[in-house]
Amino acid sequence: MKNGNLYNYILGIADNSLILGQRMGELCGHGPSLETDIACTNISLDLFGQVRSYFQYASKIAGDGRTEDDIAMLRKERDYKNVLLVEQPNTDFAYTLGRQFLFDVYHLAFLKELQKSTDLTLSAIANKCVKEVSYHERFSSDWVKRLGDATDESKEKMQTAINDLWTYTDELFHQTEADKTMVAEGIGVDVTKLKDSYYREVSQILEEATLQVPESKYFQKGGKQGIHTEHLGYILAELQYIQRAYPNMEW
Amino acid sequence: MSTKNWPLWEIFVRSKNGLEHRHCGSLHAADSDMALENARDVYTRRNEGVSIWVVESKHITASNPENNGELFEPAQDKVYRHPTFYDLPDEVKHM
Repeated sequence: MKNGNLYNYILGIADNSLILGQRMGELCGHGPSLETDIACTNISLDLFGQVRSYFQYASKIAGDGRTEDDIAMLRKERDYKNVLLVEQPNTDFAYTLGRQFLFDVYHLAFLKELQKSTDLTLSAIANKCVKEVSYHERFSSDWVKRLGDATDESKEKMQTAINDLWTYTDELFHQTEADKTMVAEGIGVDVTKLKDSYYREVSQILEEATLQVPESKYFQKGGKQGIHTEHLGYILAELQYIQRAYPNMEW
Repeated sequence: MSTKNWPLWEIFVRSKNGLEHRHCGSLHAADSDMALENARDVYTRRNEGVSIWVVESKHITASNPENNGELFEPAQDKVYRHPTFYDLPDEVKHM
């Protein structure tokens, strides 16, 4: 593929939103209250909207006749490049919100940088997404503060979720080959530069939530190379089922 | 786990600048900040609004339906309270 690096770079961004959107979508009809159920599925729909823009662009770059749906639905597990964080399960509401919060802080900082991309399509997509993600970040960090600073039970659950998910945060700042090439061309975001401010901001919110900032320095990685936790296969089974069972089916 | 319900809030949404806020429904939330966020997600996700008010339902004092007779019926036969007995000049539009 002529623009292979750009294609892979876009997939790296889009797959995060796709898999997180699918995870949030699982709460449709299962949220802890009607109001939070709708809030979580709104976030899911925002993310799927973003994914469409990215994959439409990727489809144009690939130029091999694959549509946005083909790219979203018909890849194998190893071809998905999302970070491990976003595929972690909705163990309970604290995990759902903790995962969202740890991703949103990164996502917002990333999009603000992507707005400056020399690639006009990517910067236009970032311009649109940044408002949506600002709200996601506000929503999830509000909830982390609420649950952290409420009852003993909610505090313990929120702390457990943050401790467990912490090990997936470092990967957000790893660079792939496509990343490095795109940064050099002024198209991509240098994620290594976002790391310090990310941990500063996350720590500040955790402190406001009267939670402990985890001290563990052991981090998991692999998602960006297509090496996933056991959870992704199940997500894809659900995500891809209709397209696999009824190829080319449309609504 | 706590099974206590969050308090109920009444939601008012202004659909366009210049129009009034209108009551559009109610929802549950732990406090006013959460009520605003929930209202945004529940009542404005189809582009319905430019401004939201939230009021905790317990702060609303409502008339008692039992008193409807004395409160509202006396107004039913007083059509002269509508300004329909005046001749409007043609120049006045939108009345």
